[in-house]
Amino acid sequence: MNECIRLEYDVDGENFASAGHASESVKRTLKQMGVSSLSVRRVAIAMYEGEINMVIHAHGGRAVAEIYPDHIDIRLEDHGPGIADISLAMQAGYSTATENIRSLGFGAGMGLPNMKKYSDDMQIESTVGEGTTVKLRVDFEE
Amino acid sequence: MAPLKTVVLDAEKCIGCITCMRRCPTEAIRIENGKAKILYDKCINCGECVRSCKGGAKRPVYDSFDLVESYPYKIALPSPSLFGQFNNLDDPNYVIEGLLALGFDEVFEVGLAAELVTDCTKKLMEGRALNRPVISTACPAVVELILLKFHELADHLLPVYAPAKIAAKLAKKQAVERGIPADDIGIFFISPCPAKVYSLHREEVSNEKYISGVLSQSDIYFRLVEKMNKIRTPRKLGKCGYSGIGWGSSGGESNSLGLGNYIHCSGVRNVLGLLKELSDGKLDGGADFVEMNMCPGWCVGGVLNVENPFIARNRMRQLADKMRIPPATMQSYGLDENFFIWDKIPEPSTSFQLDKNRFVAMQKLMLVEEYLKKLPGIDCGACGAPTCRCHAEDVVMNGGPLDCVKMDEVKK
Repeated sequence: MNECIRLEYDVDGENFASAGHASESVKRTLKQMGVSSLSVRRVAIAMYEGEINMVIHAHGGRAVAEIYPDHIDIRLEDHGPGIADISLAMQAGYSTATENIRSLGFGAGMGLPNMKKYSDDMQIESTVGEGTTVKLRVDFEE
Repeated sequence: MAPLKTVVLDAEKCIGCITCMRRCPTEAIRIENGKAKILYDKCINCGECVRSCKGGAKRPVYDSFDLVESYPYKIALPSPSLFGQFNNLDDPNYVIEGLLALGFDEVFEVGLAAELVTDCTKKLMEGRALNRPVISTACPAVVELILLKFHELADHLLPVYAPAKIAAKLAKKQAVERGIPADDIGIFFISPCPAKVYSLHREEVSNEKYISGVLSQSDIYFRLVEKMNKIRTPRKLGKCGYSGIGWGSSGGESNSLGLGNYIHCSGVRNVLGLLKELSDGKLDGGADFVEMNMCPGWCVGGVLNVENPFIARNRMRQLADKMRIPPATMQSYGLDENFFIWDKIPEPSTSFQLDKNRFVAMQKLMLVEEYLKKLPGIDCGACGAPTCRCHAEDVVMNGGPLDCVKMDEVKK
């Protein structure tokens, strides 16, 4: 089956509380498909981290999920400041988040590392001043 | 055996408003032909529809008190919340004497069993590699909700029986040891909520295990008060202390565990919100124990109570101050963890899946997405489903055309 379920979301950059809306909706669809709880959890965590990143660093953006029978492709697109040094940003604990953001419990420098940890493939394309696109793929169990 | 329906619709009283449908945490109510129908495969028996129905059309179901008479030796299991139902009660022994006067031969306080469950939980949390945060399994509606919609949290559930079942098991063991024939013993839990009626019926009554029937606090209330009023000086029969009675309200279980790093919350919306956080992994390593109760203010908020939950909570606090008995331990009852741990892990429910076959489910979900594009997304409820999405899913699952009065009016 080449067809997929395509879900698109605007991620509101002004609102921390609404971050997680896209991953919540994707989670519902995966559960209704009967995807295993371990895979649902991996998708939820990877996607939630991506949404939060877009809120913290890029004033929001767009999340697109394409669900296939055996995997999900997630694309997170923003027009934020971009990432100057991707390999540095991938290091656990590295963050450019402000003190204000940290005081909310975010900005621990685990966003990108966690997205990598919970996905099976991750690609980052970023241009400083133009924005960032993160592509994630999570394979389902069985 | 078909599971007992512990909440039913009184169709004559139902006016077909959408209040209960809106409040249902599992989207298990539809308005069909002007009546609020319950989809039992998605119902977790939480009682939220009973609580919210203005016309009393949602009726809880429980066993009749007459059933008690059919057993030669009758044991009552009062839940801690029962003790919060009485005005000016300054001694829990009035309740115990009242139950004996009602015809029970013995009273075993569920609060006492709760103290033993606490002792067991402490040992398990010290010794075994339970997934943190450990999620309390005292509220059966929360457990059902996890098994229905939050499978990813099932391996965080505390694998220990709830206090009512432990009370029944221990009461029966002790009665048999005293020489009472097992077949003569009838054990009756007096429930504050339909969720406990349901879970104990499914696991216990229908399998002829320890509990013979589940009564309602509201059903026995007036006959119990009548007996209590005649008691001059009650004997000191109660064995439950401040710790056990605390289980009936505000985070009593967490408090009794003596943990610092725990979260507790109650009420349907709060529980759903916290489950979402847990399911996103936000509390992994962030808390040791999570206690959730579907009813506002814990078991005192269950729909089979008589009193307002916050008034009952205050009374229980006053009463607990007088119950200066230290918590019971497994050792003092000659028990170990094996008495408490689940015999088998409960199966997650597949009722939320659109099909058992993933490919078929996907085709259905694609159709749901197609229909959603046509629906206005305002979740008005006029079609009889709680959300536009639910309506789209219903049409995909059951056939028929989209039935939306707002379809042309609201352009997306």
